[in-house]
Amino acid sequence: MTAHPPAAAHRALGRSRGAVTSFAAVSVLIAGAALTGCAEQRDSDVYTVMNSSTDETYHRWDAEAMARCGERLGVTIEQQSVPASQVMTKALRMASSKSLPDIVQFDASEMPTFADAGGLVDLRALGLATDDIPQGIVDFGSYRGTYYGAARSVNTLALFYNKDILDEAGVPVPTTWDEMRAAAKKLTEGKRYGLALSAGGAEDGVFQFTPFMWSNGGDESDLDGPQVVEALDYWKALLQDGSLSKSTVNWTQADVNDQFMAGNAAMMINGPWQVETLNTDKSLHWEIAQIPVPEAGADSVGPLGGAVLTVPNTGDTGRERTAGRIVDCLASEKEQLTYALNSWMVPANEKAAAKWRAKVPELDALADQVAAARSRTAKLGAGWSGVSLALQSAFQSALTGQSSETALQRAQQRATSGN
Amino acid sequence: MTTSTVTAPVPAKTSGKSAGPDPARQRLRRRLAQWGFVAPAVVFMLLFFGYPLVRNIVMSFQHYTPKTFFTGEAPFNGADNWSSVFQDVLFGQALWHTLVFTAGSLLGQFCVGLALAVFFNRRFPLGGVLRSLILLPWLVPMVVSGIVWRRILDQDTGVLNTFLDTLGLGGHTPWLTSPDMALLSVILVNIWIGIPFNMVILYGGLQEIPRELYEAASLDGASAWRTFRSITLPMLKPVITVVLVLGFMSTVKILDLILALTDGGPADATQTLGTLTYQNSFVELDFGAGAVVGNVLILISAVFAVFYLRANRTEGK
Repeated sequence: MTAHPPAAAHRALGRSRGAVTSFAAVSVLIAGAALTGCAEQRDSDVYTVMNSSTDETYHRWDAEAMARCGERLGVTIEQQSVPASQVMTKALRMASSKSLPDIVQFDASEMPTFADAGGLVDLRALGLATDDIPQGIVDFGSYRGTYYGAARSVNTLALFYNKDILDEAGVPVPTTWDEMRAAAKKLTEGKRYGLALSAGGAEDGVFQFTPFMWSNGGDESDLDGPQVVEALDYWKALLQDGSLSKSTVNWTQADVNDQFMAGNAAMMINGPWQVETLNTDKSLHWEIAQIPVPEAGADSVGPLGGAVLTVPNTGDTGRERTAGRIVDCLASEKEQLTYALNSWMVPANEKAAAKWRAKVPELDALADQVAAARSRTAKLGAGWSGVSLALQSAFQSALTGQSSETALQRAQQRATSGN
Repeated sequence: MTTSTVTAPVPAKTSGKSAGPDPARQRLRRRLAQWGFVAPAVVFMLLFFGYPLVRNIVMSFQHYTPKTFFTGEAPFNGADNWSSVFQDVLFGQALWHTLVFTAGSLLGQFCVGLALAVFFNRRFPLGGVLRSLILLPWLVPMVVSGIVWRRILDQDTGVLNTFLDTLGLGGHTPWLTSPDMALLSVILVNIWIGIPFNMVILYGGLQEIPRELYEAASLDGASAWRTFRSITLPMLKPVITVVLVLGFMSTVKILDLILALTDGGPADATQTLGTLTYQNSFVELDFGAGAVVGNVLILISAVFAVFYLRANRTEGK
């Protein structure tokens, strides 16, 4: 080699040229693959549903329902589950690359954003009927009067209480704010708090604040109105009494459930999706009641929660029509009942809800609460997320020292300037 | 490949004749080969760094909403996004929190890391085992440590407060639940996470310092402090620059740890530029505003990168 250095150099040069060529070839291949990826051809009999059923149980229930509907309609339905917080951003990305799935299950509070962008198809135009669905739930799946989302089940919040602790202390189940405050104070003992709720800095906390705000006549478009201030003052009073843990501002709804199950709270505000976990502890005797109201006789207005099945606007009318039939099947009375019994949620369909009540009488209070519940986005639509962020900051400020009025005034300012 | 070797003429230098191809062609060929080596790196940089960067800057001047994903239209709106972000009180707060968080984290991580590195630089039984144990926080995913620390720091049921309580030291510290404490707690957790990185790099640097210097110092009767100041620190300077700059880059854009610990709360007390851009882009879906905050973050990092490169250049001379 030392004898012929130039030849070696040449060989190296030749090699490098070869390498350059192969690099070029590889990049062409990659570019080609990327391009064909965009124009991916859909299999005519295979339909995809994107949802957030990442939990094993939910994923299985959904897969079973999809298998039944697929068989009935003669198609194959594939389930694609992504974490709940990523459904929206993933769907948007898919929209820009023209690879939207045939059906997307959105959280109902997010659906208006996607509908507003022009991404959804009117379900009534695809032949879905809404005759058996209560108006409140039709509105829940609608944006600006168009019905885009079919709910299979809905949920809301209720007051869960530990029956043994309440019986032992001789405390009746509270129905008004004053009763709840007194009961919570009496039930607070040692390491146990009277009540647990979530005032965390995310949608969880806002979801929990709405029943207090709405039952008091407050409104999300007027955050510094006296009714909202009063509701926040009520939360502050519970905290000052020592009936709520100071960690409330850092808790999610799942944390609240953990505290309740560990016996660190005698009562909690939570939703039916916790029932599955609650039932794993056989020694825990819990029951539910409607969330207490400001004055006796007032309506307890909770937030309506849950997901809706939507058909994205893909431009392929034939597939959209079949997708509509799949949604119709998944949201049919029979499937709703099966799903609701599995997941402890309340069926959206009135007939299914009646059958459900008979089967799970212990959740009767929940069904009543759902009937009067309100959708978060009914009034503000896509503007809800801004209001929600402002509200989170406000109740956290108020619970950690600021006056409710100042905190909410700032929130209202932030919400209106942001939109 | 083989063909090219065979057909390649013998270079003029060895043949001594002018039978080969003209030197201009040869120079061109060499240039092409040089570019061939540079091209993959350039293409990679342009594709994965240049494009997103330019795109992010352009996006900050656009009205970029969920609708854009369908229509592909994002009208330019001048400096609207910038002015609305700068007018937001939250931006000022987030900027301040980011600076405090970064400065506090770096100071803590570096001091403890350096102390541990000096400590482990002496050889003693089980030193190696202990040193590897200290690496543990580094191996745990950030989100996992965030969730575990959130439980540890819980005001009522957390391990830390219970421990302080048994020691009779109060035990009611609102680590994550008071707006005055939360930022400090988040910094403390981040220091815990950053110590191993600082220790490992600084330890490596210490090992490079020739032993003779220390021997000479001890012969001259220098005190331990004097030795540290006059030998260890100056010899370690290049490594210290690397540790601090890399630490800065990863700390200033913190997101996952804060999301797992406090979600930016309570009452926005731990809102940083990282969480703010996340909130703007992925919660409010106002991508223009999110891009503005992201650009400010990039700008801050870029300024420090320039300092770093300059420091390196003077080091090289």
